[in-house]
Amino acid sequence: MCRLFALTSQDPVSPMLAIKALDVMREGHDGSGVGLFLSGLSGPFEDLTDCPILSGIFTTAGIRRLDKYMMDHDFMTKYKTSTRIFTAPPSGTPKRDVYLARAYEKPEAWKNMPQEQQEEEMVRIRLELRRMGEEKHDMTVFSFWPDTIMIKELGDPLTIGNYLGLDRKDFNARIILAQGRQNTNYAINLYACHPFFIQGICTMTNGENTAFLPIKEFLESRKILGYEGYQSDSEVFTHILHFTLKRLGLGIEAYKHIINPLGDKQIEEHPDGPFLKRLKETCRKLIIDGPNCVIGCLPDKSLFMVQDSKKLRPGVVGGKPGIYAFSSEVCGLDAILPDRDTTKDIQPMHLDTVIVPPTREEIHICRQTDPLHLQH
Amino acid sequence: MSPNRPITPSTLSPKDLPWQIDWNKSKCTLCGQCTTVCPVKAIELGVFRKREVKTPIGLLTPPKNEYSIYYGIRQKTDPAFSCIGCGMCSMVCPNGAIMPLHNDEKDKLIFHKNIGGKPRTRGGRRNESDSVLDRIKFIRISMLTDPAMDAGRHEFNLNTLLGRVLPPEAGLKAFQKNGWVPPVREIYPLIIGGMSFGALSPNMWEGLQMGVAYLNEEMGMPVRISTGEGGCPPRLLRSRFLKYVILQVASGYFGWDEIIHAIPHMKEDPCAIEIKYGQGAKPGDGGLLLWHKVNKLIAAIRGVPSGVSLPSPPTHQTQYSIEESVAKMIQSMSMAWGFRVPVYPKISATSTAMAVLNNLTRNPYASGLAIDGEDGGTGAAYNVSMNHMGHPIASNIRDAYLNLAKLGKQNEIPIFAGGGIGKNGNLAANAAALIMLGASGVQIGKYIMQAAAGCLGSESDRCNVCNIGVCPKGITSQDPRLYRRLDPEKVAERVVETFLSFDTEIKKIIAPLGRSTSLPIGMSDALGISDKDTAERLAIKYVV
Repeated sequence: MCRLFALTSQDPVSPMLAIKALDVMREGHDGSGVGLFLSGLSGPFEDLTDCPILSGIFTTAGIRRLDKYMMDHDFMTKYKTSTRIFTAPPSGTPKRDVYLARAYEKPEAWKNMPQEQQEEEMVRIRLELRRMGEEKHDMTVFSFWPDTIMIKELGDPLTIGNYLGLDRKDFNARIILAQGRQNTNYAINLYACHPFFIQGICTMTNGENTAFLPIKEFLESRKILGYEGYQSDSEVFTHILHFTLKRLGLGIEAYKHIINPLGDKQIEEHPDGPFLKRLKETCRKLIIDGPNCVIGCLPDKSLFMVQDSKKLRPGVVGGKPGIYAFSSEVCGLDAILPDRDTTKDIQPMHLDTVIVPPTREEIHICRQTDPLHLQH
Repeated sequence: MSPNRPITPSTLSPKDLPWQIDWNKSKCTLCGQCTTVCPVKAIELGVFRKREVKTPIGLLTPPKNEYSIYYGIRQKTDPAFSCIGCGMCSMVCPNGAIMPLHNDEKDKLIFHKNIGGKPRTRGGRRNESDSVLDRIKFIRISMLTDPAMDAGRHEFNLNTLLGRVLPPEAGLKAFQKNGWVPPVREIYPLIIGGMSFGALSPNMWEGLQMGVAYLNEEMGMPVRISTGEGGCPPRLLRSRFLKYVILQVASGYFGWDEIIHAIPHMKEDPCAIEIKYGQGAKPGDGGLLLWHKVNKLIAAIRGVPSGVSLPSPPTHQTQYSIEESVAKMIQSMSMAWGFRVPVYPKISATSTAMAVLNNLTRNPYASGLAIDGEDGGTGAAYNVSMNHMGHPIASNIRDAYLNLAKLGKQNEIPIFAGGGIGKNGNLAANAAALIMLGASGVQIGKYIMQAAAGCLGSESDRCNVCNIGVCPKGITSQDPRLYRRLDPEKVAERVVETFLSFDTEIKKIIAPLGRSTSLPIGMSDALGISDKDTAERLAIKYVV
């Protein structure tokens, strides 16, 4: 199993906080890897909200190829935090040349480009870099998006955190998603590590999506940019959410109606029954299966958690105005937010979507049986 | 054998026949029940003359012959009366004195089943017990990385959709604009396939319908049944139970006069309309109801004179091209019910199925495609059609699904598989394999006849006389003396039992695969087979 920890805080905090929570929950993961998603960045990245940040791991040759590619496409480096480590890596972690997070100024040609097209372009560039990297094994690219840094590496989360110096101010963020990975396959591909990201939407999962193959085939056949190269059964959760928000124009409260639709009887009794029936029919191929707890971040920086339809995985949300955390286990919360009111902790059940909006004032619970706020 | 007994080329001995009657003189009470029940008059009362040579000790008294007679059962060797192995004789025998035994070698009858130049016709199946579906294993077992579901305690959603489903974007847009969307039915994935009123006896039909109604109304399982080509009894057309029925129209259009006239009186829409273009058991051939079975009732429902054979043409006579006529027929049928009823074609599995499918993808009114494989059964067909014509179902379904997935329409046009599902008794396993290869549901015919009514047919050419109205179980006969053997209530009970046990078994298959929230259509990563070529052909795993 994997362990998840996410937090959203008014004041920027170090990702080491989330890693510490993973460490407290280490009985639940085998320390074979860690993945981080950072947003609401502070420090030098704070003022670069319009500059897409490229996150990834590069060889020295890869960096050169990257520079050439980006220059050819008229991108100017605004700020970078590259980590070159000369000490030997901890056991189980490969030696890498450069861990990179680099903010670029958009090309001149994008000035008059509509926002939507720019978003497409950023995905296209990330995919192209990924393909180039896969060809020569010199680049691994996790994200290319404003106000977003992603780090993924093999090894024990706490050891990796210290090794990469993640307590530096550069990495302080208001939104942090962290996953401690259990290695279920020996040859770990970093692209198979959570969290997964596309166009401002990020999710990570503790679980196993047994309906992966038909969902993957369905998403791939949508011919939507970015729905490709699946290395993990959990990656489809991110793309289903992307499909829900961007293609269907629905909100997060509809997400669970797509991945775990209500039973027919409940749909009949639901105030939005006819809509949900249509949604269930047309999105039938996106119904997930198996035990899953999904934690994610939306483009508006809301954090959410949903459970599978049988609530087979642990998950708890707690905190206080200004800071809230999502954790696989209560001990993770206790370690980071010991002074919260534990009676207000919420363990979402099979019908719940728990949302903490960017205001961070309170926790919203959206039950699947509640009416949807549909725009007519 | 007497020296002057003529031997013709078609003179056979019991040894040359596929089935031999093993009769035990010492147990037989000569009650005559076996000869009465035999549907093909293969056995008769025999008077046997016996000579015994009495040879006393010594030379004084010469040996002498003693003649006696005894009565018993004689098996006819005339090809027209050869035993079909149904075993009814053994079922009725009070003493267990008689039983047909299968020949230990290939029979010679096969060379003579064309007396008068007429090739053999029969009902039944392909008589080939091999099944690729039986060899497919379910190999993706959830255990530690994810827990298996509990087939007994968890909630399962096994229903499937019949009807044209719009892509998500278009479906929601139509909802917002309150626009027309094609009708979609949520149904149970195991469907009773088309067996006509005429092919089946009234008692069998009634039993099936009652079983289906019970499953829907008492068990909450949306099971559907197709009428086959032979119309539908007027009372059923006007009843609320019509919603459980898929009305089939085929090239003979039998019964459709009655159906069309009943439309204004219908309380409910039928579940769907199935346009039969082909049948897996005898592809390229039309339906065939021999005169033996066309009695007054059948004739009335079909709108034909009684006592005449009813061969449907191999194809719809109005049909010139798939682009034009199929589209028109689907549209006309849709229009007849105000575009509220799904209409889909049923074809026999064929190497040209993809052309049909691709055409349907471009027809917004096509609600699905049913494909019937070579292992399907039939009430009547030429032996050669049944044994040698047709395409296996597995690769046809797989190709169709992968083709739809390539087009991104795998959720839009459901494919239903038929033909040989459960032919060796493994109904749930075969159905699950086809669903994971890409079928949205499966149709069964022979299986339900065997399970619900005790059909005696098997893959070794047993019985198979459905065509001539002498079905010893009364399943496919129109003779009241035969079909009164079948109690409709009992058939209904068995239908319900069959579906309930299927339901448990299918859960026992998908629960360990970690599936429960939706039918695992196209979940091919769970399938494996120990044959490399088959694995490659079906794009599933090769496991040994």
